[in-house]
Amino acid sequence: MINFNFKPENELEKEGIDNIPSPEDEIVCPNCHRTEKKDDILPFKTCTCGHHFRLKARERAFLFFSDFSEMFQEEKSEDVLSFPGYKEKLEKARALSSEDESVITGTAMIDGMRVAVFFMESLFMMGSMGHVAGEKITRLFEFALSNRLPVIGFTASGGARMQEGLISLMQMAKVSGAVKRHSNAGLLYIVVLTDPTTGGVTASFAMEADIILSEPGALIGFAGKRVIEQTTKKELPRGFQKAEFLLKCGFIDKIVHRKDLKYTLKEILILHGINKEH
Amino acid sequence: MNAYEKVRTARSSDRPTALAYINNIFSSFIEFHGDRRAKDDGAIVSGIASLNGMPVTVIAIEKGRTAAERTMRNFGSASPEGYRKALRLMKQAEKFGRPVITFVDTSGAFCGIEAEERGEGEAIAVNLMEMMDLNVPILSVLIGEGGSGGALALAVADRVWMLENAVYSVISPEGCASILFKDSKKAKEAAECLKLTAEDALSFGLIERIIDENALGTEEFFNRLASEIEKEILSIKEDRDYKENRYRRFRAF
Ligand SMILES: [Zn+2]
Repeated sequence: MINFNFKPENELEKEGIDNIPSPEDEIVCPNCHRTEKKDDILPFKTCTCGHHFRLKARERAFLFFSDFSEMFQEEKSEDVLSFPGYKEKLEKARALSSEDESVITGTAMIDGMRVAVFFMESLFMMGSMGHVAGEKITRLFEFALSNRLPVIGFTASGGARMQEGLISLMQMAKVSGAVKRHSNAGLLYIVVLTDPTTGGVTASFAMEADIILSEPGALIGFAGKRVIEQTTKKELPRGFQKAEFLLKCGFIDKIVHRKDLKYTLKEILILHGINKEH
Repeated sequence: MNAYEKVRTARSSDRPTALAYINNIFSSFIEFHGDRRAKDDGAIVSGIASLNGMPVTVIAIEKGRTAAERTMRNFGSASPEGYRKALRLMKQAEKFGRPVITFVDTSGAFCGIEAEERGEGEAIAVNLMEMMDLNVPILSVLIGEGGSGGALALAVADRVWMLENAVYSVISPEGCASILFKDSKKAKEAAECLKLTAEDALSFGLIERIIDENALGTEEFFNRLASEIEKEILSIKEDRDYKENRYRRFRAF
């Protein structure tokens, strides 16, 4: 077992940043407890201690890319199984995240290079993947294949959306098939794992990229911590399932600070011979 | 039977486990061990065999019957090494043009510290990708529990069949109840909501066939299943575009 030295986890971290009471223009860092002015952590929403606050899907689209042009937004989730409470949860998620789904897809430019992009939205039902999320990502890879574009994706997900039953599980296979076809054509897929990436997303397209990058400190795993503790009756090592842990285990190519991400993506694209449009 | 009764039937220790299927459906089964990376996972049994004279690759999740066997099989919860062993055998099948038949029976992939350290998610992900692209026919039979990604990692197939009392679900009814209803005792309600029975899966077009459990575990049962499997493999083979159709099969969901 690998041991890591981490700051002790504290109550704030367990409860999540949403529960921390603070004035509108201030934010408490769950890692170092410093109170920061929201304006001071901009533009990358990172604390001076290195903590990366969660970003919304659309914030990422504008932070790292230009000319984000959204596609497939006409797809909307429906309550096919008449699952108790699902309709209400969808409505709440739409209000909370200002998005229609847990992922947005489209094309964007980075340093003059056109790429297909997806960004998962953790505020939308914990970024869970149902039919529509799977469909949008599948269509994105198919579009990228026919237009010979690289794909850059940002994952943030609690896994499959159980309110859609087996259909949500099948999305893992569906997306994987599209990733494979894109890959077989010699095209590049880069994924950036962000906090949190777990369950069915980890067990599919999060781990299928040619190059797997991660934000520092992101939670990345297959099974949930509580499930593992219940199954094994063992205490989990410090830093378990953090990006740094996954890197040491050999499942991540590189951990990249947000301020360096655009540059890193650009360099990788150039080394893969991606042409500039202008 | 209601959905939760089906779940309990699917989990019952009275049901034949994967090895019974392997031993009764095929002849000259030779088990091949190990992922050639780290270890041999007892939860996955795999090898080559003859199906009425046709060489095939067989991969199964085995739960074990006695207490000692169950420990050795990790109760049918496969580790990353198990999925990697399965993939090794599938790529071998592809090289030699052998159809792949899988028997799935798991409450889910193993949730342990070591499984995470060795990439349970990565192992499943790679299987999904590679099975979608495998250039030989694949037939999967869910014989008991089809637990989420751990089951899907062996069920990306041209045809997926379920025994009439098998279940296939994105999450266990207990897990669903404790997350959504904040009460694991509401598993019965959760089982209904999840639509996890073979009839449900068939009605959504997620599986092709339900296997009648009449005389389950007897010679008659296995002979009947053997001839159905043989017929189906031959019919997949006849379809030149089966790989394309496998993509379309999952693309439709
Ligand atoms: Zn801080």
